[in-house]
Amino acid sequence: MSDTTLATVTDRMLMRLRVEEFIVEEAAILDEWRLDDWLELFTEDASYVVPTTDLASGDPTHNLTLIDDDYLRLTWRVNRLKSRHAHREFPWSRTRRQITNVRVLEVSGDEVRAEAAVVVHRFRHGHRDSFIGLYRFRLVDAGESFKIRHRRAELDMERLSPNGALSMVF
Amino acid sequence: VGLKRSQRSVLLHYAGGAELRSRQELSFVGVIDTSRLVVDDGEAKLFRVHRSSMTSPEIFELERARVFDRCWLYLGHDSEIPEPGDFQRRTLNGRSIMFLRSDDGEVRAFHNTCPHRGAIVCRRDSGNQRVFQCFYHAWTFDSRGKLTGMPAKEGYDDTGFDRAERGLTHVAHLDSYRGFWFLSFAPETVSLRDYLAGAAEVIDLIVDQSPSGELRIAHGTHKYSSRANWKLLAENSVDGYHGVPTHQTYLDYLTKAGGLRVDEGEGKKLGAGRAYSLGNGHAVIEYWAPWGRPVARWVPQMGEEIRPEIEANRRALDERHGPDRGERIAEFNRNLVIFPNLVINDIMAVTIRTFHPLAPDMMEISAWALAPAEEGGDRLRTRLHNFLEFLGPGGLATPDDVEALESCQIGFAAGGQEWNDISRGLGREPMDNDELQMRTYWRQWHACIEERELTDWSDRPGVGVFPSEAVVTG
Repeated sequence: MSDTTLATVTDRMLMRLRVEEFIVEEAAILDEWRLDDWLELFTEDASYVVPTTDLASGDPTHNLTLIDDDYLRLTWRVNRLKSRHAHREFPWSRTRRQITNVRVLEVSGDEVRAEAAVVVHRFRHGHRDSFIGLYRFRLVDAGESFKIRHRRAELDMERLSPNGALSMVF
Repeated sequence: VGLKRSQRSVLLHYAGGAELRSRQELSFVGVIDTSRLVVDDGEAKLFRVHRSSMTSPEIFELERARVFDRCWLYLGHDSEIPEPGDFQRRTLNGRSIMFLRSDDGEVRAFHNTCPHRGAIVCRRDSGNQRVFQCFYHAWTFDSRGKLTGMPAKEGYDDTGFDRAERGLTHVAHLDSYRGFWFLSFAPETVSLRDYLAGAAEVIDLIVDQSPSGELRIAHGTHKYSSRANWKLLAENSVDGYHGVPTHQTYLDYLTKAGGLRVDEGEGKKLGAGRAYSLGNGHAVIEYWAPWGRPVARWVPQMGEEIRPEIEANRRALDERHGPDRGERIAEFNRNLVIFPNLVINDIMAVTIRTFHPLAPDMMEISAWALAPAEEGGDRLRTRLHNFLEFLGPGGLATPDDVEALESCQIGFAAGGQEWNDISRGLGREPMDNDELQMRTYWRQWHACIEERELTDWSDRPGVGVFPSEAVVTG
């Protein structure tokens, strides 16, 4: 970050704004339960990982995680959530995602590495549960917007309690 | 008002339609009749459990004292503390426990409290330490629990103060079976092996899938919860009846993703599953797997690359154990409940699940993935995928189980109906989608609450006896 010429500062800020706009848009899509639109955001070699609450650094190749989806499993996650038989989410819960602390960590080639803090408030059966954590994205810069190549969502809570499950997308 | 807790811990309720009185009223009545909490009518082929068993704070207090403080409870697995100094902190029945391997290689378990003034001594969930120091007054203990240091010790008069007696407090009993460690808080208890009874044979079948006879827990714990009574998860974990209606989205996925395989001649195995009572309230359902089992049953979903390895493992199982036991280990699922709060499900992958209530309507659940110790690389990844597709709070099935349990708990509060019906299969040789396994569990629970001894947990003598040798095919 030693280069502080106006051009580079502007480039950096623009990149952060573009990334922030994308992540906030994703949050809006999920809050509106537009699941097919959400799936469209991913590249076909995409992965989606949620590590366990006791091992945030968990590597799905040999650690137990909560979610380790490739594009096919992601498609099935979406299919399931659209079904009336996903009982934990039928009818869908109300959610509100709040995205803050967006940081662009690295730009290399067409790939952007970024992070954001997230709180998902979920309301159902008279309960309010919060899911708090950090998103780590690897985004492919597709000009107008981005595609998600890797989405890692790390929970800050020590246990999914009283939440019980990650039934909606975190 | 004015009643002692022991008197309050009594519940008045009746079979036969009398309405459950309000809790406040009950505490005045102060009379207990726990005898009708479970109605086991062999002649009418009816089995009912009173819903206050799942909602009453008084019964919850009885459970803490008569179930959790008297039974053997699952603590952890050998592979979680492989090296001297390795420790895990666990909470059992509300008690913080240190589960560790001492510098002499022995496994020990201590109440996590300083014998001085009470602060917890171990303040991390896991790690490796040779020394544990209480931060409050800096009393120091070695990994065998011995008090090895205290600041300004000259302040203690040694007339009555014996440092040897001020070490960490061992749990009353600690023992293991094939890598699974259990403790008991009861001063007097039967041996772990006697307690496990027939469940030990099922554990053998699960552990014998490993060539070395050792299983290993993958790092990473599913820690979640359910706003439901803890016994509902014991029921749910061995419930073959709910699978199709509750988990339809998972089965759809398996069907379309190539996760099911029924070869010619295998169809007859599909309906041949059975439920067994294993003694002391433990029970299992055993049934043939139409889906893949990472140990030794390949399905197209797993991919061609891994097929030769899995098929070779199947042949190796036959060689090690003979074709009957080999087939049983490779192709049959086992949902095992060990009373009161341990589930080992050897279904697709293998999971350990244990749960502790915080209140009548709230439990915390911990679950792990088990694999043969020698399994790694793509085999392990295939196993973990197989695990996650169904299991855990982010899986395609477990969230719906959590929902089902919570839904029951909300339903209990709806009132009007006082009983749960658990009669399914009472009139026949129990199938895997019957409810013998739950009756077995509830009979033991009722006996614990009533402080009675039981000798038979099955529906009738000779029914649901676990076959030690024969393969359960159709």
